[in-house]
Amino acid sequence: MNAADATVSYLELLKLASPETIVVITALAVLAVGLGTGRVRSTTTVSTVQRARSASNSATAMRICSAVAGLGLAIAGVVVLQLPQGTTLFGGMLVITPFTSLFKIICIVLAFFTVLLIASQKSTPHPGEYLALILFATVGLMLLVGSEEFLMIFIGLELLGLSLYVMTAFDKTDIRSAEAGLKYLLFGSTSSAFTLFGISLIYGMTGTTSLPAISQKLASAFPTSSGLLAVGIIMTLVGFAFKIAAAPFHLWAPDAYQGAPVPSAGFIASASKVASFVVLGKIVLVGFAPVRGSAAWHAMLAGWSPVLAVLAALSILVGNLVALAQSNVRRLLAYSAVAHGGYTLIGIVAGDREGFSAALFYASVYAVTLVGAFGVVAMVRHETGGDDFSNFRGLVFRSPFMAGCMAIFMLSLAGIPPLAGFFGKFYVFSAALRATPNHGLLWLVVVALLGSFVSLYYYLIVLKAIFVDEPAVPATHRVDSLSSDLLQRSTVIGLAAAVLLLGIMPGILATPILAAVP
Amino acid sequence: MIAWTIYVTFAGAVLLLLSPRAFARWIALLTTIAALALDLIELVRTPIADLAHFTTIVRVPWVLALGINYHLAIDGVSLTMVLVTGISAVSTVLFSWDVKERQNEFFFWLLLVVAGCYGVFLSADLFLFFAFYELVIVPKYFLIAVFGSTNKEYGAMKLTLYSFFGGMFVFVGILAAYVAAGTLDLNQLSQFQFSSQLQSWAFPVLFFGFAVLAGIWPIHTWAPTGHAAAPTAGSMLLAGIVMKLGSYAGLRVAMNLFPQGFQMWGKWIVLLGVVGIVYAAAVALRQRDLKFVIGYSSVSHMGFVMFGLAAATALSVSGAVLQMFSHGVIAALLFAVAGRMIYRRTHTRELDVLSGMNLSRVLPFAAFTFVVASAASMGIPGFSGFAAEITILIGAWKTYPGAVWITGAGMVLVAAFTLRALKQSFFGDVRSTVQLQDGRVALDPDWNEQQTITAAEKFGACLLMFATIAVGLYPKVLLDRIMPAVEAMRFLR
Repeated sequence: MNAADATVSYLELLKLASPETIVVITALAVLAVGLGTGRVRSTTTVSTVQRARSASNSATAMRICSAVAGLGLAIAGVVVLQLPQGTTLFGGMLVITPFTSLFKIICIVLAFFTVLLIASQKSTPHPGEYLALILFATVGLMLLVGSEEFLMIFIGLELLGLSLYVMTAFDKTDIRSAEAGLKYLLFGSTSSAFTLFGISLIYGMTGTTSLPAISQKLASAFPTSSGLLAVGIIMTLVGFAFKIAAAPFHLWAPDAYQGAPVPSAGFIASASKVASFVVLGKIVLVGFAPVRGSAAWHAMLAGWSPVLAVLAALSILVGNLVALAQSNVRRLLAYSAVAHGGYTLIGIVAGDREGFSAALFYASVYAVTLVGAFGVVAMVRHETGGDDFSNFRGLVFRSPFMAGCMAIFMLSLAGIPPLAGFFGKFYVFSAALRATPNHGLLWLVVVALLGSFVSLYYYLIVLKAIFVDEPAVPATHRVDSLSSDLLQRSTVIGLAAAVLLLGIMPGILATPILAAVP
Repeated sequence: MIAWTIYVTFAGAVLLLLSPRAFARWIALLTTIAALALDLIELVRTPIADLAHFTTIVRVPWVLALGINYHLAIDGVSLTMVLVTGISAVSTVLFSWDVKERQNEFFFWLLLVVAGCYGVFLSADLFLFFAFYELVIVPKYFLIAVFGSTNKEYGAMKLTLYSFFGGMFVFVGILAAYVAAGTLDLNQLSQFQFSSQLQSWAFPVLFFGFAVLAGIWPIHTWAPTGHAAAPTAGSMLLAGIVMKLGSYAGLRVAMNLFPQGFQMWGKWIVLLGVVGIVYAAAVALRQRDLKFVIGYSSVSHMGFVMFGLAAATALSVSGAVLQMFSHGVIAALLFAVAGRMIYRRTHTRELDVLSGMNLSRVLPFAAFTFVVASAASMGIPGFSGFAAEITILIGAWKTYPGAVWITGAGMVLVAAFTLRALKQSFFGDVRSTVQLQDGRVALDPDWNEQQTITAAEKFGACLLMFATIAVGLYPKVLLDRIMPAVEAMRFLR
């Protein structure tokens, strides 16, 4: 197929890019459905009857739109499985390997769960547009995952970023949402500029944008101490450090997580992160392989690995220590996300196949956990109108099931067995220690363990609010008895079951990832 | 078949989440009794010769990518620990018989702790071991923070964070062993020759992590506060089994994997152990809260375990294992009397207040139980405490005679604080009126009909008393199984 690059027919291309195409078409269809249903006719006087009707209209529209979106994602997922493996088009612009297929599916599944959580949000205005944005962001993820070429990666990043900016600012009635969107946009576009600048420097030096070709050029032609190369690499990494919210590029995260509509925050924290880690890993492990350097404490060597190691250590320390001072669950999750980004980076710093697959396992498990946690947050927010600790007080009396699920999510994040986070940590840390001789990365593992020790405290504080504290509002009605958000509850319970299952049988995800990582 | 102790207990825990409230305590009781029955069958049926080595029971591949197996094994040491877990668990449930609120949740957390302990004592794979070890931490938090008493949220958080802090060190040590040897199988690891450079730092890190949970001086402070804050069942489990996880793991993992590191650091462990025995006994002498007295006595007794392990003769280590069993039973008994029999009826544990009540008149059964427990705790011949401590001291004489002298002096202190607690709590002078500060009514000297000792309490206490007396009179039943298993361990060679 490589040789036939120039002569590939459009039909062939359409076939190979069919999952992306399907998601785009679904997005357009959702837009159309959204336009056709549930529009509030702009009349000067709105009577209560009309308002009630418009609410029910918008609920219907939401149901239809999310059904279409979910269906489209499901089809795309099935199609990904059918693609011929081992294809490379246009010098790596579109790559189809078991690896890319696996992570396309993981992204699609995460997007699917996000759609399920949105489906039960009755009050969202413009459901069509919102879901279409999620689908566009998903296309961005799929392009990111399925490409080994800088230009395509940048396009994917921008498509993802632009969709996410709007999704963050989508709640027009909430000033915090607008603030979050603006911050995200400003930080995001600045960091994109950095990345583009870095890419252009590297292109200038190597004359190519394809990752494997860059690697070859770097290995043969350049001294690793070249200053220009260092600038190029660091600039490129800045953009990804921003996407995964690694300290010190994390400042957008707390506001975005807290201000954005809950499903947007869940999507940013989950699918977007997994894809960013996939790409970051591919860039440094494939593209920059010859300039790896070493982060081992007794043999520090210049390269990307010490840079990422420092980012990881900073993220773990900053994220965990600042999370201690939070009193809002979403803000706390944001800072803990910074820390978890740090743990995941350790796997990439390890720099071998096993380290990369450990990082990806960790990121995927983390994503599942966070979608679930945001599901519970959405429910509590819906019920009590906020997501501070005080809103969670006595949740166990109001909704034992949701309280149990939240306990599973929080304890998995803290790394308590038998939940998935525990195995993830073990996997990442052992891979990091094994990758370097003489326990070279032990310092990083110790920092991470200290961080996870600190983290148990704040996760327990959340659980204390839920299980120990008396409810702030009398438990007059139980959330469980509301049949209306059955879908949301079963989604959250399903995700909690997945976290438990992945902890008891981590092999069902770890083995495919390890087998697929090139 | 012993593996079923784990499954039965987990199944009971899950069942509790689904069952109606009325059945909760019965499910918990039946589960723990079934597990104890399995332990006893194992004790009776398995030939002693089979227990000399860490014999595999189950071995199934679990995560192939990392070489993790679901691997359980048993030897004499494990069997002893499993047995004390079973006994403590049953009596704990009996002493929690009248928990009123959130019963299902209470017994769920309780059974999770028990199941985790069974798992730790039986695992022969380092990852599995560590998973069970960490599993025990969080249920303790909920048991104490939700159901505890004095200063419960502080005590719960302190205890949980201490355990997790220790777990962090354990994690580093385990990773070091795993990365160096490339396997997680405990039997293979105990054959592997680790470099002495690795042993010299990995052993102290690993052992320190375990010692936090074992309540070794000077990082024992979580134990008294945690015990005092915990509900009775929580203190019984904590002192009875959970602290043993630390010492058992120190023996099974740290000492067995890194014998050279152990030789390097052994004398420091002896030092800490002996200081712990004397220091905790001296502090216990000054405590005013009965639970704090018992909490410090636990630290003191665990000092014996540490001393026995670190003295590193076959006899002293076997004595240490026997002491783990013995202290598990005795501590559970002491906490049961202090936390349930006394506190439930008087709403105070202040020794000064109790001494004005002369409880032996009104609670003769409790007084009897407490006398037995105190005698066992002091090391009176005929009870398990004596058998264990004398074995440790004889065993340690060869290696650390000086420490044996100091420990002997420490035992006088142990007797002193135990007798003081016994006298003040049950045999004080009756004063006419006793006022409590925070408005609760003190025990009326005219005994209230409803407050007699319940049948559940009697059963629980009898079970524990039987265990300590049986082992005290015939320690051979356990020592015969412990000794060969200990002799098979590497660090003795």
